[in-house]
This record gives sequence, structure tokens and C-alpha cells, in this order.
Amino acid sequence: MAGTVQKVAGGTANYVDERTSIGAFVKFFARKLFPDHWSFMLGEIALYSFVILLISGVFLTAFFVPSVTPVIYDGPLETMQGTEMSEAFASTLHLSFEVPGGLLMRQIHHWAALLFTAAIVTHMARVFFTGAFRKPRELNWLVGFTLMILSLAAGFTGYSLPDDVLSGNGLRIIEGVLRSIPILGEYLSYWVFGGEFPGEAIIPRLFTAHVLLVPGLILGLIALHLFLVFLHKHTQYPGGGRTHRNVVGLPLFPVYVAKAGGFFFVVFGVVALVAAVFTINPVWHYGTYDPSPVSAGTQPDWYILFIDGGLRLMPGWIFGLPTEWEIFGYTLSWNILIPAVILPGLFFGFLALYPWIESWATGDKSEKHVLDRPRNAPVRTGIGVALITFYVVLVLEGCNDIIANLFSLSLNDLTYFLRVAIFVFPPLSFWITKRLCLGLQRKDRELVLHGKETGRIVRHEHGEYVEVHEPLDAQELWLRVNYEDRAPLDIEPEFNDRGVRRKGYRWDRFKQRLSRFYFEERISPVTPEDLEKARSEHH
Amino acid sequence: MSTTDDQTEPTSTGESPGAFEDPGLPYHRPRKADVDQKADKKAERQVAAMFALSIVGTIVAVGGYFAIDMTEEIASIRFTNMVIGLGIFLAMAGIGFGAIHWAKTLMRDHEMVEERHELRSSDEAREGAIQNLKDGVEDSGISGVKRRPLLVGTGLSALLLAPLAALVPQLGNMGGDWNTKKFAHTMWRQGMRLTRDPDGTPIRAADVTIGSVFHVIPDGLNDLEHHMLEEKAKAVVLLIRLDPQDLKVQEGKEDWSFDGIVAYSKICTHVGCPVALYEQQTHHLLCPCHQSTFDVADGAKVVFGPAKRPLPQLPIAVDDEGYIVARSDFHEPIGPSYWNRLGQTSDGLSESEGGDH
Repeated sequence: MAGTVQKVAGGTANYVDERTSIGAFVKFFARKLFPDHWSFMLGEIALYSFVILLISGVFLTAFFVPSVTPVIYDGPLETMQGTEMSEAFASTLHLSFEVPGGLLMRQIHHWAALLFTAAIVTHMARVFFTGAFRKPRELNWLVGFTLMILSLAAGFTGYSLPDDVLSGNGLRIIEGVLRSIPILGEYLSYWVFGGEFPGEAIIPRLFTAHVLLVPGLILGLIALHLFLVFLHKHTQYPGGGRTHRNVVGLPLFPVYVAKAGGFFFVVFGVVALVAAVFTINPVWHYGTYDPSPVSAGTQPDWYILFIDGGLRLMPGWIFGLPTEWEIFGYTLSWNILIPAVILPGLFFGFLALYPWIESWATGDKSEKHVLDRPRNAPVRTGIGVALITFYVVLVLEGCNDIIANLFSLSLNDLTYFLRVAIFVFPPLSFWITKRLCLGLQRKDRELVLHGKETGRIVRHEHGEYVEVHEPLDAQELWLRVNYEDRAPLDIEPEFNDRGVRRKGYRWDRFKQRLSRFYFEERISPVTPEDLEKARSEHH
Repeated sequence: MSTTDDQTEPTSTGESPGAFEDPGLPYHRPRKADVDQKADKKAERQVAAMFALSIVGTIVAVGGYFAIDMTEEIASIRFTNMVIGLGIFLAMAGIGFGAIHWAKTLMRDHEMVEERHELRSSDEAREGAIQNLKDGVEDSGISGVKRRPLLVGTGLSALLLAPLAALVPQLGNMGGDWNTKKFAHTMWRQGMRLTRDPDGTPIRAADVTIGSVFHVIPDGLNDLEHHMLEEKAKAVVLLIRLDPQDLKVQEGKEDWSFDGIVAYSKICTHVGCPVALYEQQTHHLLCPCHQSTFDVADGAKVVFGPAKRPLPQLPIAVDDEGYIVARSDFHEPIGPSYWNRLGQTSDGLSESEGGDH
């Protein structure tokens, strides 16, 4: 039996290899090493939710009709019986209530979409806070960034497809935002909607974008993202034996085939469980899209909340001055442009460029494969927390009606508060985070120099009480001393000895200032001399 | 590719002579299953149990699909979903947790080391690449001894222009008729009755009591064969009656209201949501999307939130039979702002003053 299996397997392998030289490929891949850490699974969750989205999405396309042709509903939902609705909405109801397992698939699809975007964002945060975006991975950061933007596009185009009141109002908001764009606005609106809002074109167009264009791009970029991960080999957390020149880990086959492959099934199982138990986006409560009704306390999917929050936060009048200008007979709506176009543009632009911004500050050109502990990069960690704070303030404003209702607050007061918070909280959280990091670094120094407290109190002969400190073991010590001690950049003077102004001085000066911002305040790692000194002082 | 099994030699970082030494990989602690035959067997049984659970899950999901009768009742649909969903959960999670448990307890957990290589190509490879490109350029005549600037110039121009051949017709068609002047008009006309949304019954002035609100569509909207939603998206109106003493009549709009009854566009001047919440006590209209708040008693001016402009007012009157009618279209484009809004306002005004057409 075993002999036959082996013979068949060998024969097949030979057949394929003679036609593809897959042997060399398998030799290269099979025992490739990957470091182990829970935080490396965040990206996996994103990948697996995408696969779940493809599987459940194919099911949905078999029943969904992307058309706004009006039909009269005739189905099991009594509340909808006899009402006129679009085919898109009717087919959504049909696949939910008349196809066995259809509602489950829809809910798996929607939950997986929320998980997909959430996993991408947390994965991105992990990469940011550990400095995994540094050379040689800057380009892969950009690929991942683009995937994040595409995931938002995938989510939004899908959210709008059922043509319900909620998503229809969401589309109308997008239309309002498009219109605010100077000069081109009204034409962009016509271009997207094929004429006046809502028109008949938008649902079929969103459908094509949602099932072909966006997932096609995502698929291609995932391939590129993973190819670069293999090419660069995975980063690893610091520790004994782990350097910028090696990878310490376990082999792809069998360990990660089992662990990562198994994890796909876990993610799928958990999404199915959540979808079986928790209702999401019950469009049958909202009804088909009609431009007249709207309901309060309804929120878009979480990843759109920050833009909606921005739109709520920005006042139309500030101390009696309008934020919508009429100049030379034209209208410029800062009240929409700033929160919905300019701010997201700056936020995402900064994120996309971050690897380069930091490399200007460090001036470091070497490859980095060992991750930073976030405390050892206080300014970066502070920036990251400030960005998250900024984002969270917008998200809170995006659910201000829910919060106000829940805590019996005045909606207006909450908005006034968050209008101030958006300016105060991010810098404050930057400062606090940076201080915390520096504090943790000082604690590390303290531990290295004086060891761990043991709780054992010893009384000396002359009556003095001291607590015995136990020195760190080699691994613990190495973790706390093995990080780079970066000083701000030194640059060449503005004028050379003949008094001629140097080319590129201003750029260098900019980099120096940036570098000072990053590294002016720093805690250097303990050196062996420091340790020697501390020990001799003690005894 | 050399991989080594054992503890690596401590390697110094070599960056500064005074640095600490890398202690090398931590000592590998064997797991229970590595040393204890019983623990090994136990782990094996656990993994097998999880795989078996997965098989049960598949049976539940498939069985649920076939066994449960989909009647026309919502509750039975919910039940089917739950059973199939739980089945899928077991089927998937059983495999997943089993495989992970297998890897964690029984497969290798002793870390290995692999060397990295700098990503930069060797100088030799780079020179070779540059030489190959140079040779190619030479062969092609793009530059070098036999330069063909004519071909480069025309070829590049053709390449740059060719996408237009496909893009212009494609993008050009996407905007329909591109007639954005439609933003400035709605279907309201002089003498058109204000009717209830959605059934379209006309409204008598006498039916509108103080403090009441009517969601209004133009008479005849529901009979439109085409573009019903587009017209509705612009024409929806809120009809509200205030105590005439509370109403601050706006200059130039003295005859736009009737005995305390005012009609305002329901479409928010911020980004276009329906402004649907009316607070009777304060006479405030609130947009639930972004909370722009308009004071109906004072020309629907903005009192809070992101909108800047008041809601456009629809001039109304009462006809011979006592029904509320429009005196004209809106005198400005309704809904969110856009670049050329003021230009279209003046166009719209001159046309709507032309009366019924």
C-alpha cells in the first residue's frame, strides 16, 4: 500500500518537475524558516478573511441582482409584502430569506469584511510600532498601505449594494462630498452616478467595482506583498541569537503549514460562529432606498466612521465666520473639503510616506531585520499613538449620537468638546507616550544596572538593612542593552572654508531638525563599563 | 542555504568593542510530549478528537441543510442559519485547532537559524544588467551609433496618445448627458399641490395644525415614468406650521408662507441627507447624519453643525379649494454646495420666475 502511494506520488512529482522544475522551488521553500510571535498572525487574519470573502462572495453573486429596476415584493417577509423596491434590494431579501444558508453567507461575508479591514489596520499598527517598515521593507509598506485603502474601497462598494435606505444615504453623502471638490465637483458626481443622483447606473457600477476591479487589485497586491515577505525573509523580535543577519524560527513545512494553515480554519470557524449568532446589517428593517426617509442613530461600517465623524465635527460657522466661502461667484466648501478630502489625504499621505520620513531622521542606510521594542523608539511610538488618538476622536464623533444617548449627554456639548479634543488630545497623547517610553527605558537601565528586586532584606553587621538584588540572566540583559543608541545627525556647515554656500544645505538642515525631534531626548543603553561601575559601587 | 540545528555560537555584534556579547539562542526546554511517552500519546488523542469534531461539524452543516424544512417562516430561516453556521464553525475550527495543537505539541519546536543575504545585487550582476540594457538600447537604435530619433519620437507620442482612444469614449459616456444644470431645478411649479409622502394625497391648509410637520412630495411625482427617484431626491419638502407670532418673516419672502405655514427643502445644505427630525418646542430641524441644525422660525438658518447655508424655502400659497400649492420652483439650487452654485442660482431664478412651464 505505502509502496504504491509512494510510487504514484513519485511519478506525479517527476511528471510535474520535468515540465516546471518545481523541485528547486520546493527545495527552496519547504524548510524556509519563519520566526514565531502572536503579532505576526494579524496579517494572516487579514489574508484569511480575504479568502473567506472570496468564498462567501461567490455564493452571493449567484443570487444577487445588481439592478435598480423596480419590482413588487412577493416573499416571506410580511412587512415588505406588496411594496415596490429595486431588484437589488429584492434579491438581497430573496437570498436572505428564501435560499437556505443564504442569510448565513451574507452575514459571513459582512463580518469577514469588518474583520478584514480591522485586521489590516491592526497589522499595520504592529508593523509601525515595531519599525518593520524600515529598509529593505519600505516598498512593501507601500504595498500594504495600498491594500489598506483598497480594503476600504472594497468595504464601501459592497456595503452600498443592497440598495437599502442606510447605504443609499451613505452614497448621497459621498455625492455631496464629490460635489464639494472645486471646479470638477459637479462633473465628478455625474461621472460616478451616470447623471443625477441616484440614477440607475450606480448599483451596477459598484457591483463591477466590488466583484472585479477592487478584489482583482487586492489579489494582485497580496501576491506582491507575500512575494516580498519571502524575498526579504520575515523580521524577528529581538533576543539572544537574533541579529540583522539571520532568521531564527521554525520551518514552513511542516510547522507553519500546520500552524498557519490551521489558523485559516480557525478564522473561518470563528467568522461562521459570529455570523450564525449575531445579525449584521438587517436591511429588511431599513427598507429599500428612498431619498426621503432617514433614521437617527444609524452608523456606517466602522471603517467609514472616521470620515463621517470629521464631517460632523467641522462647523459650518466658526465664531460667526462661515467655513463655506463664496468668492468671485464660486463656492468653496471648506466645511466638507477639510474633513472629507484634505484631512484624510494628509493622514493617509503621512502614513504612506512614514518610512521615508523616519529614514531622513536616522540617516541609516543599513538593512533592519530585528524589530524594535516600541519603548526603544519613543518618538515613533508617540507619533503612532497620536495618530491613533486623532483617529479615535473622529470615530467617537462619528458615533456622537449613540454616545450622547447612552450617557445622557448633550449632543452639542459632546461635539464642542471633541472639536477641542481633536487639537489637544493627539499632541497630549504623543507627549505622554513619549514620556512613558523614556520611563520604560530608564526602568530597563535600572534593571540591568542593579538587577531585580528579590524581596529579601538582609541586615548587615553594622545594622544597615538592604534589599538583595539579583542580577539579570544573560538573555534578560541582552534584550535590554541590545538597541541602537541614536544621536541627532551631524551635518556639514553651511559655508565651506572659502565662504561658498553649500548646495543641499537646506535639505540637510531639515533632516537635522527632524533628527533632533526624534533623538534629542534619549536614554542610552547600558554599556559593559556602566555595569562594571554600578557593580563596583555596590560592593 | 545552510541551516543549523544547535545552539549558535555567541556572535558579537562587532559594532563597538565595548558592547555586550550576544548570549546566543536561549536554552531549548523540551516539552512534556518530547520526554514523556504518555503526554505524547495524550496530545495525539486530543488532536484526533478535534479532527473528529470537525467531521461531526460537517455532518451537522450538511444534515442541517437537507433535514430542515425551509418553510415560509422567518423563525425557521433563522434556525437553519444557526444550525448550518454552527456546523461550519465546528467543521472549520476542529481542523484548525487540531492542526495548531499538533504543531505546538508534537511537531518540532526547536528553533533553527538561517543566514540572511543582503538584497543588493552583486556589483558584477549590476554591471551585467547595465551592459545588457546598453546592448539592447544599441540594438534598438533608441540611442547610440545608429540613433533613430524619428522612431523614438513618433513611437512615444503614439504610446502616450493611444490610451485616449479607449478612455475618451469610455469615460465620456459615464456621465450621461453631463447636464449639471439639473442641479438648479426641481419639478416644483407654480400652482403644483403639495402632497403627502409617500401616498401623494394633497394637503389642505386647514389640516396643518400648529406644531405639525408634513413630509411632502410634489403632486404627480408618483406618476413619473422616468427619473422618479432623481426628482424625489431634489423635490422633497417639509411643511411646518408655527404660531405666526413665532415666525420671523424673511425680507423679500413676506408672501412665501401662509398663516404660519412654511415649506423648506428637506435636503440638507451640507452633504444632502434628508433633514428629518423636527423639535416642536425649539422650532429646530436636525439632520440626523451630521447634526446640522436649522431654525425654522428664523428662515431655517443654521444654528449648529457643519452646514453653512439655510435650507432653501419653497414659496407657497393656498388655492381656491383650500389646498396648499407652490408659488414657483425653489429660487436657488437645493442640497449641498458646489463650485458653480451661484452661477446656477441666477439661471434658476430667471427661469422659475417665468412661471409655469
